[in-house]
Amino acid sequence: MKKTYKLEELECANCAAKMERKIGELSGVNECRISFMTGKMILDLEDGQESEIMKEAKKIIKKLEPDVSVCEL
Amino acid sequence: MTKSMKKRMTRVSIGALLFLLAIIAENTQLMKNENLILGIFLVSYFIIGGDVVKRAVRNIGSGQVFDENFLMTIATVGAFLVSEYPEAVAVMLFYQVGELFQDYAVHRSRKSIADLMDIRPDYANLIQNGEVVQKDPSEVTIGQTIMVRPGERIPLDGVITKGITSLDTSALTGESLPRDVMAGAEVLSGCVNLTGAIEIQTTKEFGDSTVAKILELVENASSRKAQSEDFITKFARYYTPIVVISAVLLAILPPLVIGADWADWIYRALTFLVISCPCALVISVPLSFFGGLGGAGRSGILIKGGNYLEALSQAKTVVFDKTGTLTKGHFTVAKIVPEKIEADQLLEMASYAEYYSNHPIAISIREAYGRKMEESRISDATEEAGYGVKIFLDGAEILAGNSKMMARANIAYQKEPGAKTVIHVAKNGIYAGHILIGDEIREDAVEGIARLKKSGIRRMVMLTGDRHTQAMETANRLGITEVYSQLLPGDKVDKLEEILKSEVNNGKVIFVGDGMNDAPVLARADIGVAMGGIGSDAAIEAADMVIMNDSVSKLSTAIRISSKTIGIVKQNIIFAIGIKIVVLLLAAAGFASMWAAVFADVGVAVIAIINAMRAIGKVKD
Repeated sequence: MKKTYKLEELECANCAAKMERKIGELSGVNECRISFMTGKMILDLEDGQESEIMKEAKKIIKKLEPDVSVCEL
Repeated sequence: MTKSMKKRMTRVSIGALLFLLAIIAENTQLMKNENLILGIFLVSYFIIGGDVVKRAVRNIGSGQVFDENFLMTIATVGAFLVSEYPEAVAVMLFYQVGELFQDYAVHRSRKSIADLMDIRPDYANLIQNGEVVQKDPSEVTIGQTIMVRPGERIPLDGVITKGITSLDTSALTGESLPRDVMAGAEVLSGCVNLTGAIEIQTTKEFGDSTVAKILELVENASSRKAQSEDFITKFARYYTPIVVISAVLLAILPPLVIGADWADWIYRALTFLVISCPCALVISVPLSFFGGLGGAGRSGILIKGGNYLEALSQAKTVVFDKTGTLTKGHFTVAKIVPEKIEADQLLEMASYAEYYSNHPIAISIREAYGRKMEESRISDATEEAGYGVKIFLDGAEILAGNSKMMARANIAYQKEPGAKTVIHVAKNGIYAGHILIGDEIREDAVEGIARLKKSGIRRMVMLTGDRHTQAMETANRLGITEVYSQLLPGDKVDKLEEILKSEVNNGKVIFVGDGMNDAPVLARADIGVAMGGIGSDAAIEAADMVIMNDSVSKLSTAIRISSKTIGIVKQNIIFAIGIKIVVLLLAAAGFASMWAAVFADVGVAVIAIINAMRAIGKVKD
């Protein structure tokens, strides 16, 4: 299942790269792609685990860039 | 500039003024109290860089050690501790100004590319029971009628039912010339209506409309990353820890081992920390690709990802499908050869003979004639399959058909050697001449091929299902020497496989097709390019790149954009890594101040971003 999220206020490219790597390593995530330029995150997730994965992903994002807000597209 | 940027700028400016005051006070003996001077330095430091320190503290709490805020804080606090007050504040000031610059540049380029791609229609004027209601485009269903006024963007694909206007198609095709349309014309969403109000019956829902397809494609493009982007991400992962560890060693080892001065070596180590952020690279490389994709989009070339943009620059071979790609895929009258009558008369006879036929060849003859026809002039038309047509036009017997028809009627006809389809015409048993029908080559195909040769494409191949003579004739006119003819759709994949295998030195193979029945070939090529397929879902889905107008020369434009983008990426990588290594070495040797280090960090980032912005610019044709 593919999901796209908008990362508002994403301002640090290096952080975006770190987020991409760490979220990609979560179990249940097949692929994570973050585009710093468009501020978008595309996740390829295992079905049915979306809410837990997003909880973890949001934690990672908050840790790296606390001002970023995540919303689903 | 956003509000938060403005606020930051004001704050940094106030801090900078105070800093200036402190420097004057220190150097002019106006203020004798050392502690007071230190106080002013500290206040200006916190005004300028308080947010950095705050973030650093917060990040330590969450275990983020190799974070640039943390590194800047350590470096500047360290400078305070070794009594380099002005330097500590100046470094923070530099850093903040650089960051502001950087954010501004990123903001600007994000916006300029977003504007470039801003073709999303906000509303549709739905006509319901004779009234115009404004609706969200996604609420309009197929078959409903919408009104588009001058200046508005067409929100959904459809057919014009009323009105005449010109359309600005530049957002879709990169073509600046407006296109004139009237009732009956198919129109694509994303075009801007220029002159007159039109009514359109929709043929697609918004989600399937051209504009939605293009937006989806463009927005997803930057998530397919090029190899060099992945390289930078990997590089960044190792670069920071290595520099930080070296900094620690630099601070500890020399004083411990050879008893060198602690303050001196700690200062050198702090300088290291300032250079340890790979920001310049991490920002500028994706920015260049993004700019390149945006620039291509502006020229009517949609590329599905940075990886394809990168591969284009390595292309050495282009394989073309003939029909619909190099040729227009529909028949036209190529030559009229009358026998003892006017060419016009011959064309008139042939047109009337083909009056009832819907065959593409018949249509092409009538199109060439182009005048109003009166059915009443025709009597008794009979079609003879495999031969041609016999009609009576104004009472005279007209035969129009192939050579077999002429031979059967014992009419001496002129043989036409070559590949084209020939229609012979006879009037009352006397040969009147013949008409040659050909598949028309695209206007700019010859030029497009010549440009590709100039862009470094070494090998050009044409694949076609046509007969060999026909294929060779087209190939000769275009200057293509390698031709494989009489191929079935499945054979085309096999041929492409052969070509892919024969590539040396990792040269990439481009396949250009019209996307109609060559989806497997498009998918197999390194870069599958769909042409003339605008509005065709199959093409947009199977291809890696879509040329939105039907121009062959856009292919070389795309290659040029690619080469330019890759050039910028390489410059930035070499420049940023080069400067950093030089400054690292100088710092280790004690020749580089923290000022130089800040330049190597944010200064380089700003220069790299400005360079990356060039990728959006137009390329010369």
